Amino acid sequence: MDVTPFIVLSAILFTIGCVGVLTRRNAIVVFMCVELMLNASNLALVTFSRANGNLEGQIAAFFVMVVAAAEVVVGLAIIMTIFRTRRSASVDDASLLKY
Amino acid sequence: MSLTPLHDAAAVPAVHPTDAGSLGVLLLLVIGLPALGAAVLLLGGRRTDKWGHLLGCATVIGSLVLSLVLFFDLLGKDAGERQLTQDTWTWFTAGSYKVTFDLLYDPLSAVFLLLITGVGSLIHVYSVGYMAHDERRRRFFGYLNLFVAAMLVLVLAGDYVGVFLGWEGVGLASYLLIGFWQHKPSAAAAAKKAFVINRVGDIGLSLGAALIFVTFGSTSFTVVSAASEHAGDGVLTAIGLLLLLAACGKSAQFPLQTWLLDAMEGPTPVSALIHAATMVTAGVYLIVRSNFIFSLTEDARTAVIVVGCITLLMGAIIGCAKDDIKKALAGSTMSQIGYMVLAAGLGPAGYAFAIFHLLTHGAFKANMFLGAGSVMHGMDDDVNMRHYGALQKAMPLTFATFAVGYLAIIGVPPFAGFWSKDKIIESAFADNFVVGLCALVGAGVTAFYMSRLMLLTFFTKKRWEKGVHPHESPNVMTWPLIGLAVLSAAGGLLLVNDWIVDWLTPVVGEHAEEHLSVSPLVMSLIALLVVALGVLVAWVFVGQRDVPREAPVKVSFVTRAARAELYGDAFNEEVIVKPGWSGVRGLAVFDRGFVDGIVEGTAASFAGISSRFRLAQNGFVRSYALALLAGAAMVLLALLAVNFS
Repeated sequence: MDVTPFIVLSAILFTIGCVGVLTRRNAIVVFMCVELMLNASNLALVTFSRANGNLEGQIAAFFVMVVAAAEVVVGLAIIMTIFRTRRSASVDDASLLKY
Repeated sequence: MSLTPLHDAAAVPAVHPTDAGSLGVLLLLVIGLPALGAAVLLLGGRRTDKWGHLLGCATVIGSLVLSLVLFFDLLGKDAGERQLTQDTWTWFTAGSYKVTFDLLYDPLSAVFLLLITGVGSLIHVYSVGYMAHDERRRRFFGYLNLFVAAMLVLVLAGDYVGVFLGWEGVGLASYLLIGFWQHKPSAAAAAKKAFVINRVGDIGLSLGAALIFVTFGSTSFTVVSAASEHAGDGVLTAIGLLLLLAACGKSAQFPLQTWLLDAMEGPTPVSALIHAATMVTAGVYLIVRSNFIFSLTEDARTAVIVVGCITLLMGAIIGCAKDDIKKALAGSTMSQIGYMVLAAGLGPAGYAFAIFHLLTHGAFKANMFLGAGSVMHGMDDDVNMRHYGALQKAMPLTFATFAVGYLAIIGVPPFAGFWSKDKIIESAFADNFVVGLCALVGAGVTAFYMSRLMLLTFFTKKRWEKGVHPHESPNVMTWPLIGLAVLSAAGGLLLVNDWIVDWLTPVVGEHAEEHLSVSPLVMSLIALLVVALGVLVAWVFVGQRDVPREAPVKVSFVTRAARAELYGDAFNEEVIVKPGWSGVRGLAVFDRGFVDGIVEGTAASFAGISSRFRLAQNGFVRSYALALLAGAAMVLLALLAVNFS
């Protein structure tokens, strides 16, 4: 089995997510980009699992999904709270915790 | 304690002192009784207040009785067997070395035992009266007992480490007793001064003992005396000089003499017992005890003689100008110990006379100090002789006993001082004309200042303060005075048939006969003439004139120098204290500038760098994410580099 297309796709998705996190200001979008990167890595894990003929990569992918679900719950709650207090979902506005 | 290697063939002494046997218990008790007394009085607290002074006296008198028993036992033995040792216990064993506590009882220790317990007993009894109104009397007796115990350890110890133990013990007791009236800042300062200056001397003793141990492998007197001939000249001289330094500190000899006059801040019985009769003579004891070192080193002996000469003249000159009766006597003590040190420095010709003078001086100077205490007692604790005068009628008994001491110290026959001082002057002339001249001049000056003291105190006109009514002291104080006066008068009996010389021969070796160009009789007459001259000068300049109640301000340079104790303190201040201060200040600047500079500079540079790095924490999540990415990329690159290199 040729893993190249899958890995290329995974890399493209990861790069999109990465650039999104670094450039976008809207917290929701940044959050979605983080999810994109997680899923890109999931894709890579599943691909290699398939290529190697064992289940370890798939188990890891499940773990990532569970953690991502938990993270979404906490993350969205934080974003909601920030939005309620500051009337803004921009990550650059929430920069009080600094030197 | 002796530091003796467990298996060392060289450490076998040539002289075999006999074991004390049943007498060993007595030896231990001599020290043990006062030590026990001190422990009970100092640990027992207030519940011993009522009978504390009685216990204090009883322990020392008990020691005196035991000392007499031991003395007569020693007297009954042959001269060759008059050395008893008593092993007590092993202190500790370290590696191949055993540190034990040994006592050595020989003719030298014997006479010291009698001096310490005899004069000590009389002074204890006297203190019952003198300190009657002091609410801390029990504590005073505790300290006195502690002193007696420590002094007995000093003279009974069989080696230098044991001597050191006693040496420090008497130093501690001296410190506690000088500062006994600690509510007076001057007394507290004097106690500290004595303690600090004594530390300088103690360095000499500890280094000397260490050098002896390194050289001979033991500090035991018997071992060292047997082996000292085989040691090198340089080492012996070094040991001698170190021991001389120790003696200078303890015996208030030049250049460590300045503490003794301040030490007069202590109660008068303390001045009599510690700073006249016993402790300050420990230096002389050390030199005579170390005769096996000093006999072999001409250079160290010369240094001893020089120190003795300087001090005997200094003390005498200081004594001439002091108006404080106790300080005048303290100057005299310095001077008399100078005589002893001088005699000890003469070597085999002088050891016995040093000890002889030490014994007679112990009696007559304690007598005069206690007499001065009695006078102060009657004069409401005024010490200024310019406020005395014509006391011989008011205090006849004190006057009579003081007069005996006076005649003894200036050296009028047949009183004790004549015999002992005369012998020293003779030996000094036999050794060296200049040294003899110093001793002779010293005798004249002694006659002057003691006559001045006598005249100012007991004769001339009344110059009493208002409201002072001199009265004779109670019996408990006058009896010891009579006892000491008898000793001062009869002390010369020790010289009958050269008894003292023969007695000490087992310790200090054969007495070397001096070769004097004139006959001893002529020498004695010359000395008496000089003394008479001193008395005459005092009579003319003090006795025949009106004594002002205030000390005259316009006086000669010499008087001013003598009043300032020959600038001993100023000298120390300029030569030791001030350079010390500058050195310390320099060190402080170095510490603040250099050491602190390094430490604080390091901290400051880290703080500076951190404050730059801190700016990276700008609060923007995206910049953190970028840093994260950069980090991950670097890890990735590193992994690639490792895997594909």
